Amino acid sequence: MQNDEIPPLSGWSEAELDQAFAAVALEVEDSAAALRSPEQFRLQWLGRKQGRLKAISDSWLKSAPADARKAIGQRFNTLKAEIERRLELADSASPHDALDAEAVDITLPGTQRKLGAEHPLIRTWNEIVSVFQRMGYSVGAGPEVETDYYNFESLNFPPGHPARDTQDTLVIAGQERKPLRDRLLMRTHTSPVQIRTMEQQPPPVRIVIPGKVHRNDAADATHYPIFHQVEGLCVDANITFGDLKGTLDFAMKAFFGSSVRTRFFPSFFPFTEPSADVQISCPFCGGSGCRKCKQSGWIELLGCGMVDPAVFGLVQGKQPGYDPKKVSGFAFGMGIDRIAMMKYGIGDIGLLYSGDLRFLEQFV
Amino acid sequence: MKILSNWIREYVPGITASDRVLADDLTLRGIAVEGVFDLGAHGSVFEMDITTNRVDAMNHYGIAREAATIYGLELKPLKASLPTARPGARAFSVLIEEPKLCGRFTARVLRDVKIAPSSGVVAERFRLLEQKPIYNAVDASNYVLLGMGQPTHAFDLDKIEGGIVVRRARKGEKLRTLDGVERVLDADDLVVADEKKPLGIAGVMGGWDTMIAPETKNVLVEAAWFDPATVRRSSKRHLLHTDASHRFERGTDFNAPPVASALVSRIILEAGDKKENEAGAFIDGELVDVVIPEAIARTANRGAISFIMGEVRRMLGPTEDAEGITSAAAEGILTGLGCGLATNGPEQWSVTLPSWRLDLEREIDLVEEIARVYGYNRFRNTLPAFKGTVVELPWAEKEAAVRRTLLALGWNEAVLSSFCGAEDAARFAREPRSAVAIGNPLSEEAGMLRPSLLPGVLDMLALNISRDVEGAALFEMGTVFSGGPERVDERPSVAIGATGSAFVKDEVGFYDLKGAVEKLLDKFAARSVYFDRFPAASGLMPAWLHPGRGARAVLDGATMGWFGQLHPAEAERRKLKQTVWIGELWLDRLYKQALRQPVVEELSRYQPVRRDFSVTLPDGVLYAKVAAALEGLAIPELRSFESKEVLRDPKGKLVPAGHYSLLLRVVFQSHERTLREEEVQGWSQQVIAALEAEGGKLRG
Repeated sequence: MQNDEIPPLSGWSEAELDQAFAAVALEVEDSAAALRSPEQFRLQWLGRKQGRLKAISDSWLKSAPADARKAIGQRFNTLKAEIERRLELADSASPHDALDAEAVDITLPGTQRKLGAEHPLIRTWNEIVSVFQRMGYSVGAGPEVETDYYNFESLNFPPGHPARDTQDTLVIAGQERKPLRDRLLMRTHTSPVQIRTMEQQPPPVRIVIPGKVHRNDAADATHYPIFHQVEGLCVDANITFGDLKGTLDFAMKAFFGSSVRTRFFPSFFPFTEPSADVQISCPFCGGSGCRKCKQSGWIELLGCGMVDPAVFGLVQGKQPGYDPKKVSGFAFGMGIDRIAMMKYGIGDIGLLYSGDLRFLEQFV
Repeated sequence: MKILSNWIREYVPGITASDRVLADDLTLRGIAVEGVFDLGAHGSVFEMDITTNRVDAMNHYGIAREAATIYGLELKPLKASLPTARPGARAFSVLIEEPKLCGRFTARVLRDVKIAPSSGVVAERFRLLEQKPIYNAVDASNYVLLGMGQPTHAFDLDKIEGGIVVRRARKGEKLRTLDGVERVLDADDLVVADEKKPLGIAGVMGGWDTMIAPETKNVLVEAAWFDPATVRRSSKRHLLHTDASHRFERGTDFNAPPVASALVSRIILEAGDKKENEAGAFIDGELVDVVIPEAIARTANRGAISFIMGEVRRMLGPTEDAEGITSAAAEGILTGLGCGLATNGPEQWSVTLPSWRLDLEREIDLVEEIARVYGYNRFRNTLPAFKGTVVELPWAEKEAAVRRTLLALGWNEAVLSSFCGAEDAARFAREPRSAVAIGNPLSEEAGMLRPSLLPGVLDMLALNISRDVEGAALFEMGTVFSGGPERVDERPSVAIGATGSAFVKDEVGFYDLKGAVEKLLDKFAARSVYFDRFPAASGLMPAWLHPGRGARAVLDGATMGWFGQLHPAEAERRKLKQTVWIGELWLDRLYKQALRQPVVEELSRYQPVRRDFSVTLPDGVLYAKVAAALEGLAIPELRSFESKEVLRDPKGKLVPAGHYSLLLRVVFQSHERTLREEEVQGWSQQVIAALEAEGGKLRG
């Protein structure tokens, strides 16, 4: 659009002048759009020495006959007013240089208002519980100090049974004089709440029970005297092993993503029969093998099984509805700690219970 | 436990699957192979993890039986042909004094045996299994245990005085066991004894004095069935967990002892190079086999149970395979595992149970066996229909509100141990002497159930200080315990703890803590909330709290908890050099209140008018008094007031000594009209008068 040449006037008639001035006006408009700053625009058109407007007017007025000069002069005044109007507009609307001068260093970090960090266990706890809530499970809770009866006997761990060895138990002091079933201990699993719930409520039942449990285990990277479990229980007429499989398969997909697969292995728990251990395909590598799944492609995550009729039998005294001939059910359990450790890559369970801020603050 | 694949194949010659496939097939049936290690020409070693209920599968033959069932192959019977016994002068005497505790006892006398290192297949398999060989007579016993799971014991016969008596130990009786430890026996221990002395703790470990030695000539081979609970109690009492006790306490096969005895005897008899003209070892007399009839009924000859296919379908559901589990398939599985089936009707049987599977007792046990061998992963995944409602725990919403509030205010959540030391328990308990002790604590510092969350919070602050953090603000929500051996009460609680520049650059102070407590309490509906403190001398402040910088929070007349600076003496005891602020709120009490429901106040369309009053007040006039005075004015248009600044100057330059300066902002606003200047003037005069009545002086 820069055109230093001065267009010659083809004549001095009104029409010819209008046409010539229209061309210049167009040039003004184009250069206003093209030039970056109002100052450049002003210099180009109104500059005292090199201003184009002056050059054109000098050239045209000089060559014009005297009777045409007035008409030309008027038109130049109009044009100049238009240029000044544009300049004024630009000055008020977009003081680019001035705002740029106020620029801040946007690469400096933002103001860090401290948020509290949610504990990874609580976070995982809530995520698991919400999956089952969406499947119709209510939340159950029970005491951390239990009786031997609820922690063991009612779950088909008879006194002296070797299966009790797998759950080293912390006991409350001064229980020696009580009958075994009434002795108080730190619950070793949240399963007692299954029994307490059934004793209080006839079937059908669907509950999920998150909670803290305790074992007489020395601490190492994967064991701690304290850990957390989520257990679930579903009892109704015609609940099958297939329902157990389908429920856990669905829950694992909801929790880890729809591409996760499950597989079931026979196992043993006194309170379920048949019992199973459940593995999920590794959600990190998709099953091809990685560090998290120890290259196996699978991770063992759950224990579960069909509620043993003996357990129903013990509950029947208080709730006759749990007739093992008429109802069936399944129970499952998983370690919140283990899942959290796996999910967040935590190598030492002790970190979860350390209160070490350098660890906790990573979960903000 | 380690298993040799080739040993399995010896019992089930028909297996065509590779070792790896065999391992996978076993694992899918609950006989878990954790690792497979290649031994080249010798096959593989399987590292097994057998569940506690499957004692029958804790040996090669038991696992071979599983493999045979899975593949529908034949399992070779176990038998040992022995040379004919020389007729003994008289049968070896065996007396079972405790027929309830020992159901069967077999004894066989071998004479002129050669005690030597094991050779041949025994030595080779021990090597492959990394089992330490001792002498042939001892190794024979271990070999049979590995092979078929029946524990046996070989005694030096010449050290036995008279016959065998299976009896209870006499209280205080002593026995030196094979591990060299002299043990004092209990009347509850069952012992295998001779006429004079105990020879071993039944089912647990033999005695030192009668053990096989290089010079042993004559051997007595014991194979028996002991009551599982008795063996278990002895094993626990003497802290002696042996391969034998592990099996006996889970219930061994009642029919196994004669077979095991023959297998062991055969290995012992075969051992040693026979020199020419040497007579060689021989069996002296027939096997002595004492059987208690009641024990047979409880084990080998248990009554048949009824089994219906319908139960399989009701419990297990549909399979992937359209045909499902057929009667023939179920029959095949149960028969393979050793059950005897007699048809009772269409798809129903009367089933006798194998003597080696004491874990099978009921119909459901058979259902499990069928599911297990058929394959869990062949059942279709289904979802049960649901009718009902989902119920939250009554306190769930309140708990979430407390947690959300603290997180939003910048406090980090921690989860800590449920235990604390006795001293902390005494110092921090809500009620004196109410802490509960653990009978078998992991350590002294974890000897009590925590009566308060504060010791944990303090430990955690100390840890973070030692890690050199600039500031820390932490909270824990958890259970606190009180009571005694009879009854333990559990209550929810929340504790907060902060130190250093936890929130902003400034050091945390009392008002940071109070602000958090106020925000928490504000989540709950209340008619009144106030804070108070008591003089140190009153004894009403908790011992852990700085009496001048601590406060009690009271909501609707009930104490909700205490907070403030840790008492300097307690800080000293814990070697905490920097100031630490802590508090605990008793959530059992707070949860009795409903959550506060926001109720919207009508917004005024008229401008508020703010007036600031700068006033000097004597130190004795607390802010609460000032606030009460302003509230006492009862000016409807006085919408709110707040303290904008409190200034104290110990040097008395900015504020006279014994006084403080308060900048009070008062806001007037009406819902009906724009306030006139004269009105505001008038109210301001009232405010000034009220402040002056409390001893305040308006600053210039």
